[in-house]
Amino acid sequence: MSQFRVAGKGRVDTGRPVTFTFDGKSYKGAQGDTVASALLANGVHLMGRSFKYHRPRGAVAAGSEEPNALIGTRRGKGRFEPNTRATVQEIWQGLETTSQNKYPSLKWDIGAVNDAAYMLFSAGFYYKTFMWPKNFWHKVYEPFIRAAAGLGVSPTEEDPDHYASRYLHCDVLIVGAGPSGLAAARAAAVDGLKVVLVDENAEVGGTLLSEPQAQIDGNPAWDWLAAEAAALKDLGVRIMTRTTAIGYYHQNMIGMVEKLTDHLPDLPTDTPRERMWRVRARQVVLAQGALEKPLVFHGNDRPGVMLAGSAQTYLNRYGVLVGKKPVVLTAHDSAWYAAFDLADAGARVQAIVDTRDTVRDDLLAGARERGIKVKLAHTATGTTGRLRVNSLRVNPVKGGTVGDGYTIACDAVLMSGGWTPSLHLFSHTKGSLAWDDDLTTFLPKDTPEDCVIAGASRGLWGIEAALNDGAAKGREVANALGRAPAELVYAVAADRPGTGITHKELPTDRSPGKAKAFVDYQNDVTAKDLRLAVREGMRSIEHVKRYTTNGMATDQGKMSNINGLNIAADALGKKQPQVGLTTFRPPYTPTSFGAFAGYHRGEHFEVTRKTQIDGWAEENGAVFEPVGQWRRAWYFPKAGEDMDAAVRRECVATRKSLGIFDASTLAKIEVKGPDAVEFMNRMYTNPWTKLAPGRCRYGLLCGDDGFIRDDGVIGRLSDDCFHVTTTTGGAARVLNMMEDYLQTEWPELDVWLTSTTEQWSTIALNGPNAAKLLAPLVEGVDLTDEAFPHMSCRTCTVAGMPARLFRISFTGEIGFEVNVPAPMGRKLWETLWEAGQQYDICAYGTETMHVLRAEKGYIIVGQDTDGTVTPYDAGMGWAVGKKKPDFVGMRGLTRPDLVAPGRKQLVGLLTDDQSKLEEGAQIVFDPNQPVPMKMVGHVTSSYHSDAAGRPIALALVEGGHDKMGGTVHIPMPDRTIAAKITSTVFVDPENARLKI
Amino acid sequence: MLLIHCPYCDETLPEAEFTYAGQAHVIRPEDPSGQSDDQWQEFLFIRENPKGPHYERWRHFHGCGRFFNAVRDTVSDKFLTTYKAGAPRPDLSSLTEGLK
Repeated sequence: MSQFRVAGKGRVDTGRPVTFTFDGKSYKGAQGDTVASALLANGVHLMGRSFKYHRPRGAVAAGSEEPNALIGTRRGKGRFEPNTRATVQEIWQGLETTSQNKYPSLKWDIGAVNDAAYMLFSAGFYYKTFMWPKNFWHKVYEPFIRAAAGLGVSPTEEDPDHYASRYLHCDVLIVGAGPSGLAAARAAAVDGLKVVLVDENAEVGGTLLSEPQAQIDGNPAWDWLAAEAAALKDLGVRIMTRTTAIGYYHQNMIGMVEKLTDHLPDLPTDTPRERMWRVRARQVVLAQGALEKPLVFHGNDRPGVMLAGSAQTYLNRYGVLVGKKPVVLTAHDSAWYAAFDLADAGARVQAIVDTRDTVRDDLLAGARERGIKVKLAHTATGTTGRLRVNSLRVNPVKGGTVGDGYTIACDAVLMSGGWTPSLHLFSHTKGSLAWDDDLTTFLPKDTPEDCVIAGASRGLWGIEAALNDGAAKGREVANALGRAPAELVYAVAADRPGTGITHKELPTDRSPGKAKAFVDYQNDVTAKDLRLAVREGMRSIEHVKRYTTNGMATDQGKMSNINGLNIAADALGKKQPQVGLTTFRPPYTPTSFGAFAGYHRGEHFEVTRKTQIDGWAEENGAVFEPVGQWRRAWYFPKAGEDMDAAVRRECVATRKSLGIFDASTLAKIEVKGPDAVEFMNRMYTNPWTKLAPGRCRYGLLCGDDGFIRDDGVIGRLSDDCFHVTTTTGGAARVLNMMEDYLQTEWPELDVWLTSTTEQWSTIALNGPNAAKLLAPLVEGVDLTDEAFPHMSCRTCTVAGMPARLFRISFTGEIGFEVNVPAPMGRKLWETLWEAGQQYDICAYGTETMHVLRAEKGYIIVGQDTDGTVTPYDAGMGWAVGKKKPDFVGMRGLTRPDLVAPGRKQLVGLLTDDQSKLEEGAQIVFDPNQPVPMKMVGHVTSSYHSDAAGRPIALALVEGGHDKMGGTVHIPMPDRTIAAKITSTVFVDPENARLKI
Repeated sequence: MLLIHCPYCDETLPEAEFTYAGQAHVIRPEDPSGQSDDQWQEFLFIRENPKGPHYERWRHFHGCGRFFNAVRDTVSDKFLTTYKAGAPRPDLSSLTEGLK
């Protein structure tokens, strides 16, 4: 058995040894150990280095509040997690663990020079040290900070585990399965109430696991616990262990993370690593207990200095003596019991040092019986020992004066600064807190949620008090749910109720300015730092926190917040409630990204919408780009072609003969009903009344502010039916806007709006031979300029399929868009592809579509407009119906700012040196003006154009419409480019190519 | 996550089904062209920002698709009531009484 394991103590199974490694060295622990308890059983206290000063650190606690003992855990490729608390991670055969923040080794660490240079790293050092010289920032300070920052090393390989998400609905959720939680569950589990009891630990029991001496209703605590857990299960209570309630959200929704595999030596193949539970509970009982506070004195962070209650837990729950010669340093009765338990287990307790003048007689008697020296009215002023504490320096305090110090040799210091109720989840509910002067802590007051708080988390101390309060609270929530459970009363013998006093940092006879008395272990914040922050003007605890980083580490100040508050309040000369408490925020303990992501990763991260023709594009070598949630064919490179070459070929082929394009993602809304035309007149800027069935019109949609929201070609299929198209990304937004006006402004209109995007596959044919290809396949429409001119639409048959045929063009060539029922899309595509071979048909993607439309000056809403562009700014005043009484945006267009001169207007740009401009580049009128120059617009679209024989660009330029032929300048990092303002149409301004 | 009662479905459902749609009872004028610049500016841009009960619009986007009105307390985030579009503004005093 390991050196520090105590026979007959603890709940671990020493008959089942477990081997694991820490920094490459192999250790033996027992089934049921955590990494921390197993290392302590082997006499190892040094478990890590601190974040800022790289000081040697050991476990200070035994639970999830642990700030120091952060380790990396590994389980083969991809399964590495940094910052795991050694006090929580259960060991299993083969587990590999490593310490953090050290180089080259934990015992010899170079970063520890930071400790010697601690004067440089005082509060606010980020703000002070790195201010000058200015040019040092990029080259020296930032790389240094980046290299030094961060706890642990994040894994770089993909996480091979999977994570699950579940919902759970229950009547009563109880958080914390200590005495009060267990009693609350027993009281509430009546008359079919669905009760869920969760605990972050591997087993239920809470404090009872560390206090086996208690007798509950005549039964030893652990016997009672086993029977109670079984009884609760029989009553139908759902008990969830290794499950942490991480956050309390609106209306009694609690987020919980269940860890399913981190403790298992062999991974089950079909079990997620973690499961995120979203629980909606009708009533919640918070029974999270209390957390012990450290005492703040010089050297209180040395390995071997730990919380007394945690030492008691290591002994009673894990059967581990944290030291053979411990000294106890306390301001609270509870640590006396820890001393007694350790002494009874064979430790030679060197002394109990209490800061108080008087202590209960029974405690003094207990010490006397065990031959433990007692030092009352003492303070602690230092520790020694390089990698492990070997002495504690204490001084008597009389009348506020610190007397001469002397040292007590020891191998562990067990400290207790009293206890802080765990109010984290209660605070998430926006619950109000009340300061309690007697307990020197905040206690829960009111909460807007259906939530009660029980036991030690509302300041009650002792198992009996916790049990009875839990039972009362369980009854209270059952009453609220209309049940009337019987009253439960528990009697506990060998209970350990106690009181104590609260300190700021302990008084010292040495220079407090040089004391390394840690408040926040994880962020290396000392009492001196907090006082400095106050001296430098920080008044609110929120400012003190951010200036010093107290409470900002991954432990979220579980141990440091109240000590920090007490010290800051003292420095400010105010009462604690006047200084205030920082806000607790979820999650309660660090939570993996995997748990939050759940199923939403890899291919399930986001929906990928594919058209019916997507498979053909993939088979034919398309390169795809995401557009909204769609994946669209971007271009179709042939062997050896890069993007530019492929796009150029596709553009030329389309203008020369025939291009085919999958336009299925184009959003489609069917506007139907007797008032459809009236609705269209009101929504769109254009007039619709005179548009005959069978004809199309380019429609512009504005907001009531007068700015362009969307555009698209709209076909009138019949008197009461419009086939509206919108931009691919704008579909949901446009339909939402239409529904909004229809439902809330014009409910009298008899119109139905239906999204039909997915109902149709849409294939665009463009090019001089488009009509020739299509004509033989179309039944019911004569594809001539006379019978079916540009901007026509008709219901007909194409290649035997029912179709809505549009003659429209987004390229300036003869163009058709064929809509067929979605599943027929690929068949039609292949039919057209085959028939088009005689015309050297060319499949093109979205990039070519963009080039072709830019050559014609057709805008892309959202690229050439940015939400501040009116139809007039875009040069499309022709699309605004001037004679309509009203439409959305009509009044907006007459707003003073929208009719003022100097608005940015859409123009074409041709560079003098034939270079291609960068989209987004800023434009100036005078390139010789001093920097910062006045920017008068920006480039919105820019492409190489074969048809124009040169690069072309669209741009928004101040007053651009009145500056045709003028020159603007585009300053770039290496040079300034001059460009001429032109029309936005670069190809075929007469639209001659649209004629068949 | 909030629970929201849709007055059309008459069911209380999770917030994820709904989208916020701005302040309620901002009525688009009958004759926008007759509005002065100041009036139109008021209609377009000027909104209340109360600390406390706020009349606002929601849409049951992933449900029935209807827009409806609600009174929500901006301090607690709690919904005091929801009601159909077009229904009159509920009396605030009767709603806040239940808030203790």
